[in-house]
Amino acid sequence: MTKSYEDIPLTPISSVPSTMNKTGLWRVFYPVVDFDKCTKCTLCWKFCPDAAIQLVDGLPVIDLEFCKGCGICANECPAKCITMVKEGE
Amino acid sequence: MRKVMTGNYASAYGAKVSRAEVIAAYPITPQTSIVEKLAEFVAAGEMKAKFIPVESEHSAMAACVSASIAGARTYTATSSHGLTLMHEVLMWASGARLPIVMTNVSRAMAPPWSVWADHMDSVAQRDTGWMQFFCESNQEVLDTIIMAYKICESEHVMLPAMIIEDAFILSHTSEPVDVPDQDMVDSFLPEYDPAVKLEVGNPMGFGSLVRPDQYMEFRYKAMKAMESARERIASVEDEFRRTFGRSYGGLLDEYRCEDAEVVLIVAGSAAGTTREVVDSMRDRGIRVGLARLRALRPFPQEELRALANRVRGIAVLDRSYTFGAAGAFYTETCGSLYPQAKRPFVKNYIAGLGGRDITPGIIEGIFSDMIDATDRGEVAGPEWVDVAGLERRWR
Amino acid sequence: MSPTTIPEEEYAHPGSTGCPGCGANLVMRYLLKGLGDRTIITIPACCWAVMPGYWPSHCLKIPMVYCAFEATGASLSGIRAALDVRGEEDVTVVGFAGDGGTVDIGLQALSGAAERQTDAIYVMYDNEAYMNTGIQRSGSTPWGAWTTTTPVKDAKGFKREPKKDIMGIMAAHDVPYAATVSVGHPEDFVKKIRKAKEVKGFRFIHAYSPCPPGWRMNPMKTIEVAKLAVDSRIFPLYEIVDGDLTITRKGKGVPVSDYLSIQGRFSHLSDEDVADIQRGVDQAYAELEKRAVPKK
Repeated sequence: MTKSYEDIPLTPISSVPSTMNKTGLWRVFYPVVDFDKCTKCTLCWKFCPDAAIQLVDGLPVIDLEFCKGCGICANECPAKCITMVKEGE
Repeated sequence: MRKVMTGNYASAYGAKVSRAEVIAAYPITPQTSIVEKLAEFVAAGEMKAKFIPVESEHSAMAACVSASIAGARTYTATSSHGLTLMHEVLMWASGARLPIVMTNVSRAMAPPWSVWADHMDSVAQRDTGWMQFFCESNQEVLDTIIMAYKICESEHVMLPAMIIEDAFILSHTSEPVDVPDQDMVDSFLPEYDPAVKLEVGNPMGFGSLVRPDQYMEFRYKAMKAMESARERIASVEDEFRRTFGRSYGGLLDEYRCEDAEVVLIVAGSAAGTTREVVDSMRDRGIRVGLARLRALRPFPQEELRALANRVRGIAVLDRSYTFGAAGAFYTETCGSLYPQAKRPFVKNYIAGLGGRDITPGIIEGIFSDMIDATDRGEVAGPEWVDVAGLERRWR
Repeated sequence: MSPTTIPEEEYAHPGSTGCPGCGANLVMRYLLKGLGDRTIITIPACCWAVMPGYWPSHCLKIPMVYCAFEATGASLSGIRAALDVRGEEDVTVVGFAGDGGTVDIGLQALSGAAERQTDAIYVMYDNEAYMNTGIQRSGSTPWGAWTTTTPVKDAKGFKREPKKDIMGIMAAHDVPYAATVSVGHPEDFVKKIRKAKEVKGFRFIHAYSPCPPGWRMNPMKTIEVAKLAVDSRIFPLYEIVDGDLTITRKGKGVPVSDYLSIQGRFSHLSDEDVADIQRGVDQAYAELEKRAVPKK
């Protein structure tokens, strides 16, 4: 819904965090982590362009609301414990 | 403090007493002495400001824009090709709703290459969303800069303004100028302190991309701001008059128009010449008047319509030309008057391009020609005055 | 558990509209991890002007101001002046622009800001073309690359001009600190940013930023190709501190063909072309080694 001219600032000033954009909807492939094989090296967290991976006790928790499925985490994982699975499979 | 000074120094003193905080400027004839004087003030510690000697006019305005968003009161000055080089960023300044004040020393555009007085550069910026004030005297330059900051920084305006000096005629000619006391200016013009600005702890993005379903509403707001500037210009000028004892006639400065049959619309220093000619012709019983166009933006539509109801003929003198159409002041005048039921004759005269002198003879010739055209009910034009190869009348 | 090798705190929210696998997203992420939140950033027209999303979406946790395309150097100068006149000299001002907005249209303003010794950090994220407008060639596009304005037909038409040496240009401005960084080596990246932060004056960072759509490669290869750029010495990692050059990562010295073969934008190159590139890279790296000050 377009906001009335009376309810907007003078010029576009943005202050809503970009988490309003659900970029997870873009995905074709999504990452699946095998936590048994994970060595907690944190490389996947380090290389995620979207900061969509959080470290919880050293283990990667991927936020699928934002993960775009680029596959960098899977490609870089030294333990090869991340697999890219096609959406819908 | 009363001093004999050039229009350029008047600009510099205007920026000084207005306490400009960030000055980013690039030299171009004939603006240079504005920037030199300000550099002197800053180097001597007489201004608490940062002077950025940028590497182009485009960068001058871009630096002012970002400095203004960061909350600083900004100033710059330029002329001609410098102004046109800034064109993109002028659009940015008004779209970003920034109260930037700039002096433009109005000079001809090249080719042919010229450094002399002409309004083409200023006129070409009338679509940028800037307020534009043409000055007749060096005192007016200084005073208008102070008033401009107050107008621009008003909550309902928040638009930039350019103060226009005619190249060499004002910029390099000395006149007595009263520089107001700093204390008086401080009480008239408070510190610039915007509510929202670029600052640490406030993680906002300024100037985002908007979709087609978002854009128009921002432009509508800017339009309303420019319209509200009309009233604000009048009220600020009224306050200035009460504080400093001087005023300049609002958007359209009328001189002896109350009972005029024919008036001349003209902007800048040529208006000063016109005053003399009006007096001289009035002494001979010819009822002429001067309607000095002080503001090109916002354009004095209401004032012109009121004037149009009283006069038989309006001569419009343009010191520029819009090729393929007519002089800009002429087309704007006609546009304003079109909705009126009663319309006087309007004729366009083109004079003074590239610094060609606008003599009293030319002004008198224009008045006489306009009276004649009005009497005959035949208005042709635009008429280019004093062009070799044409009938060189009225010089 | 391995401790993280770079600061954990994030200064960017997810939800930025960069492409999957975008190198520029990582450049910003590592940059801000090095700088912290007493930072104000100015960004011209480029991918990053669009990535925070449409108004009112903002993906950074620091203030940001957009500026005209060619004006990054001028914009950061204005911000610096406004902060200084109010006594906020400890705030880091950053100009963050793409390669086109730096080496081409932005070169004048960059040079002006550097010459004036403006106290700010300029980061050029180099994806080697005008990516935001659809992969047109820039002065930073390397010799041999396909772009939409250097289209390839019958293995001809690719960009024939060498990549503009922006680090050389910055060195010629005698800036107190200039460094190359790569998203494939985040620890080196963050270390250099922290170092740059402590220096006063104009600092320049040339950040290597792989672009999957523009380079015609699988997005999962972004980090791999960034590492290969360093290892093949196409993009060596070095820093210049007060004129003294130090190579911070020598790289393994793999053949350039390893690097080129991952990217579709080089797929038309003949063996001779690749050999030419190899010769050029070897020569450039040898010259870099000559310029480097001896290690103490």
